[in-house]
Amino acid sequence: MRELSLHLLDIAENSIAARATTIKIMVEENTVLDLLRLTVEDNGIGMDKEMAAKVTDPFVTSRTTRKVGLGIPLLKEAAEACNGSLELWSEKGSGTRINIEFQRSHIDRMPLGNLADTYRSLVISSPEVNWLLGYRFDDYEFFYDQKVVRDELGDIPFSDPFVIGYIRQTFEEGLNAN
Amino acid sequence: MPTIKSLDDLKKVREEALQKRKIQTESGKARVIVGMGTCGIAAGARDTMKAILDTIEKDNIQDVTITQTGCIGMCEKEPIVQIEIGDQPKVTYGKVTPDVARSIIKEHIVAGKVVSNHVIPL
Repeated sequence: MRELSLHLLDIAENSIAARATTIKIMVEENTVLDLLRLTVEDNGIGMDKEMAAKVTDPFVTSRTTRKVGLGIPLLKEAAEACNGSLELWSEKGSGTRINIEFQRSHIDRMPLGNLADTYRSLVISSPEVNWLLGYRFDDYEFFYDQKVVRDELGDIPFSDPFVIGYIRQTFEEGLNAN
Repeated sequence: MPTIKSLDDLKKVREEALQKRKIQTESGKARVIVGMGTCGIAAGARDTMKAILDTIEKDNIQDVTITQTGCIGMCEKEPIVQIEIGDQPKVTYGKVTPDVARSIIKEHIVAGKVVSNHVIPL
């Protein structure tokens, strides 16, 4: 995966698989600190200490259909190669938080890619999750709250063509405005 | 500071959607399931999802539910898309590029014809 936004999609899918009902994703770009930070926080089933410690090790995975999970270890390697880091905290029964940092200007830093597509996929294909999706670029800030939209929609589903269009525009405008 | 598009916009969307729905007949609701495990994403599932969402939006296709699933154990066939219409048995498609996804929506969901050359026999 060669876009950070694809990694975010992958991490969010882990949160969904962990039966999270609230998932918060924040992407922050700070040109003054020369920092690109991604955080994903969920209230899913979490992992015990042993599993959480091993999750960045490529030879451990919680999946049952395939033996090796490589998403997070590869991302950790990519972050560390850019003077950054990947840290993960998890507690069984209360959730998981992952924090990934890159030196923003580093020549090897993966592009963020299409964050609007990642956010729209998540919001429409898992509408029951209370998504809190953010983006910051220096002083610019965008924030999406699934609950607000869901309450307003009432019985209209997120997969209605008008709603798909609305969500597309919301993210396209909100994430490309800076 | 801009946050979300205004709630007034959303109210308009809701009214338009409600009006459209009134004209709809209950002709077998369709469910589209896109494989979004690591294997699916690495194989291009987000672009497949994008093509599905864009087609539904552009062609104003009603009564389709879109959901995601994790790895279903056929990573080499990803991106995988499954279609369920009414009580008909689920059809599983493999190697669903954006182009294939658009044909699946137009032919299978709208016209009711299975796109047979991309079906994974289960």
